[in-house]
Amino acid sequence: MSLRQASGPQYSRILAIAGVRGDNVVTNDDVAGPIDSSDEWIRQRTGIVTRRRAGSDVDVVDLSERAARKALEAAGLEGSDIDVVLLSTVTYFHQTPAAAAIVADRIGATPAAAYDISAACAGYSYGIGQADAMVRAGLARNVLVIGAEKMSDFIDPTDRSISFLLGDGAGAAIVGASDSPGIGPTIWGSDGGRASLITQTASLPEAVSSGVMPTLRQEGASVFKWAVWQMAPIAQQAIEAAGLTPDDIDVFVPHQANMRIIDQLIKQLKLPERVVVGRDIAETGNTSAASIPLATERLLREGLAKSGDVALQIGFGAGLVYAAQVVVLP
Amino acid sequence: MAYSEQEILAGLAEIVSEETGLPTDSVSPEKSFTDDLDIDSLSMMTIVTLAEEKFSVRIPDDEVKNLATVGDAVSFINGAQS
Repeated sequence: MSLRQASGPQYSRILAIAGVRGDNVVTNDDVAGPIDSSDEWIRQRTGIVTRRRAGSDVDVVDLSERAARKALEAAGLEGSDIDVVLLSTVTYFHQTPAAAAIVADRIGATPAAAYDISAACAGYSYGIGQADAMVRAGLARNVLVIGAEKMSDFIDPTDRSISFLLGDGAGAAIVGASDSPGIGPTIWGSDGGRASLITQTASLPEAVSSGVMPTLRQEGASVFKWAVWQMAPIAQQAIEAAGLTPDDIDVFVPHQANMRIIDQLIKQLKLPERVVVGRDIAETGNTSAASIPLATERLLREGLAKSGDVALQIGFGAGLVYAAQVVVLP
Repeated sequence: MAYSEQEILAGLAEIVSEETGLPTDSVSPEKSFTDDLDIDSLSMMTIVTLAEEKFSVRIPDDEVKNLATVGDAVSFINGAQS
């Protein structure tokens, strides 16, 4: 017997990144009342000025489809060029079938392999890591990675821990073969012993028996400490694994959880001042899996970052889970 | 070598000053972190983490809510030294 194993191109890269945000602009004044807060308090605590939320007629699949179509157009590809659709979300209402398969069909990618990733705010970076491996292993020509969330379906207006941070949107990236290195090694992991730090308030059976939709909660101060002092070394490892130093980094795109986390991460990583930092949270809010591609597409669209720039990205969140890698921007 | 309470207070005052911009001599044992020094929960976590590194102690997250005053923090750090 002579079993053949798949092999692929030596390198992969992100061919295109695109995103969409919820249509409605929600101000701090709009959310401050039920949490007995103020615009000033929210800005000072989180750096958020507005968050973008989608209407009731839009779901995770709709947001994903819109982002995916834009990414395909930017890459000059058709749906039929996509072999795998990876969709990271924690806010799709169906446990099965996966949103990814429906999105694949809507964009003409059928029969692409398609599945959802449940890795919360690290999901996009999990997806990029998997897509990189799939392309280089010859498992797929092009992989569509989507981070999509409609967080507003899981908020409690009276919750002071996380709800007021959250926004809706979808970011999409296409990963394909490359002539030169475009995606560094993914440093990823989990810490389920701390699962209670960010949770859903009820399981499905509990929600059915109480008649109340589950929402999200977090232990904000503990998450802050973890996100800064445990995640900075992970980001550092991603730089080192890519054979680079902080001086090689042009752009830093951490998960958009809270501006205070972003600022403290920059400090701990000792990134040079010239490094451009994704700060999309100020206008979009925390969109979980969508936040890294949305922050990246904004930097590219506004000309603050450019094609060929070397970007460090790190996602971290409920699980706890995390993933970081260095990528070359499309 | 263990730090004395005086050394812990001085070190903590430097950390608080760095985080808040307040002068070190305003960080005295009777001061409340929230009411007197206007330190919110995220700044408190920053101070706690830097204190853990400086004094080589562990301050569990659950313990932080019990550290109401600068003196509370000094006592806890002093007791946590091995």
